[in-house]
Amino acid sequence: MIIDAQGLARTFRTRKRSVEAVRGVDLTVKAGEIVGFLGPNGAGKTTTLRMLTTLLRPTAGTATVAGCDLLRDPVGVRRRIGYVPQAIGVTAGGTDPSALVGEELTIQGRVYRLSAGQAAERAALLTSQLELTGLEGRLCKTLSGGQRRRLDIALGLIHSPVVVFLDEPTTGLDPQSRSNLWDHIRGLRERLGTTVFLTTHYLEEADALCDRVLVIDHGKIIAEGVPDELKRRISGDVITLSVSADADRAQAVLTGYPGVRDLVAEGKAIRMTVTSGEQALPGVLRQLDAEGITMDSIQLARPTLDDVFLTLTGRSLRDDSPVGEPRSSNETRQAEMQP
Amino acid sequence: MTATTFPAPAPAETVEDRYRSGLVTFFSDTMLIFRRQLKLSLRNPAWVIIGLIQPILYLAFFGPLLARVASGGALGVPANNPYSFFVPGLLIQLGLFGASFVGFTIIADWRAGVIERFRVTPVSRMALLAGRVLRDVLTLTVQAIVLVLAGLAFGLRAPLAGVLIGLCFVAVVAVSLAAVSYAVGLLLKSEDALAPLLNMIMVPLMLLSGIMLPMTLGPVWLRDAARATPFGYIINAMRDVFAGRYFNAVVVEGIAVSVGLAIVCLWLAGRAFAKENA
Repeated sequence: MIIDAQGLARTFRTRKRSVEAVRGVDLTVKAGEIVGFLGPNGAGKTTTLRMLTTLLRPTAGTATVAGCDLLRDPVGVRRRIGYVPQAIGVTAGGTDPSALVGEELTIQGRVYRLSAGQAAERAALLTSQLELTGLEGRLCKTLSGGQRRRLDIALGLIHSPVVVFLDEPTTGLDPQSRSNLWDHIRGLRERLGTTVFLTTHYLEEADALCDRVLVIDHGKIIAEGVPDELKRRISGDVITLSVSADADRAQAVLTGYPGVRDLVAEGKAIRMTVTSGEQALPGVLRQLDAEGITMDSIQLARPTLDDVFLTLTGRSLRDDSPVGEPRSSNETRQAEMQP
Repeated sequence: MTATTFPAPAPAETVEDRYRSGLVTFFSDTMLIFRRQLKLSLRNPAWVIIGLIQPILYLAFFGPLLARVASGGALGVPANNPYSFFVPGLLIQLGLFGASFVGFTIIADWRAGVIERFRVTPVSRMALLAGRVLRDVLTLTVQAIVLVLAGLAFGLRAPLAGVLIGLCFVAVVAVSLAAVSYAVGLLLKSEDALAPLLNMIMVPLMLLSGIMLPMTLGPVWLRDAARATPFGYIINAMRDVFAGRYFNAVVVEGIAVSVGLAIVCLWLAGRAFAKENA
């Protein structure tokens, strides 16, 4: 296990109240996995990430990251991990607006104790891999959003870490830059076996990128699994059939058929939920065929992670959290700073 | 997407091998941060010049008045060489304001994510502070030299040794104030909170330090208040060394106060920077 956390918790205390941002998170990540931490703003994603990267001391719990104990050997953890902070919010992604792109890459290598030569070599390699070639002499503030985000990521990778933490890597990017970044993140794992732990509140990102998804809400992990499995386990697939005969008869035929639930007939359409669409569909079709019911169309809809989230929490991912809860981890962080 | 091969990640042994421990790391990290900050400052040299405008204006627009008033010998200002009284005060004023406002830059750094980016690396957290403070000391020393040269043009006469010792005082004051300013900036994380706080603290400290006129002119309560603040001692010591008096109680007092202040300030700031959560 490259990340192994038990009972990780963080309570932010202010004069007026205390906010339990993370309430006992257990998680394990295997070497070479891409794991997504999915949840709405304020769910505790960033707080957990900041604890795992030694930026925030947990109020309870323990963790081992890259073989080093989080509490006893934070410097050991820092030497082995890469971290790319959130770029949108109170703090930005970590580059100095008036520094040159090349300078930022070299100093980053130097603080990880690469020699000047090694740092330059790594910087050159990463600029070409992350499509930053030709920008080395530019000021960071002149980069486009996508370029700056790729630079943030290059900074996190300069020392070839075994595990890299990405906090909302693609938030604020246009769709094209986003899918481009996804390619880079996948490439990391494919070529290097780098473990990637990322937070996101984009379902399509978790879906497209992650081997495994942890869903977090109100500071607790509420579900975990392969994106497909998660969708299946929680909501099942929805089959919608349009029949040529009357739907009521079809409904009668399918009632009690193993695995079929929530059977609804509406006019000529009949809708049902099954655990696994691919497995259930042939049987359902054979059953109807045997009864002489023909079909005009078949639709198999897989629930999105958004549906999953809705089922799990009763809230959509895009909803803002209820009033009174810290809306974003940045706010929680600010609350902590007040004397 | 480019399809070049990434090199394999470094095995754990070499990760450890790259690092040395203790003071070696601290000093080399400090130099890394110092060089980076210096490079960034040199990209915007305007700030170094802007910082000099205020003391130069005082020198040009207030100095002649003081020199004329002092010529009567009534103020306790040396009538024959009023600038050896006035320039040390301006040097401390430069230090007070130049160094105490550096906290704003760390708020900008924090907002850009730069602080967090370095805090997650193995770089010594004390070096993040020390490298910056060193850059500020260098900037301030350069400004102080310019100010002394301008003073010479106005009629300052002082021994070279005295001027050099005076610059050391300025550097030590810069260390103290810059360190504290960074710490406070990092704790407050808000320019809107830092600006009034600095004004509230720095203006009384400046007035009580006797930069413009000797505090001996004041009533007893004011002199007592001044004695409770550190900068009066330092300015008096600087005035003595500018006048060529090196070995007396005033200079010893000045050295003790400035070094003591620096130790306290560095200790406080170090705690803020080394804090686990920030």
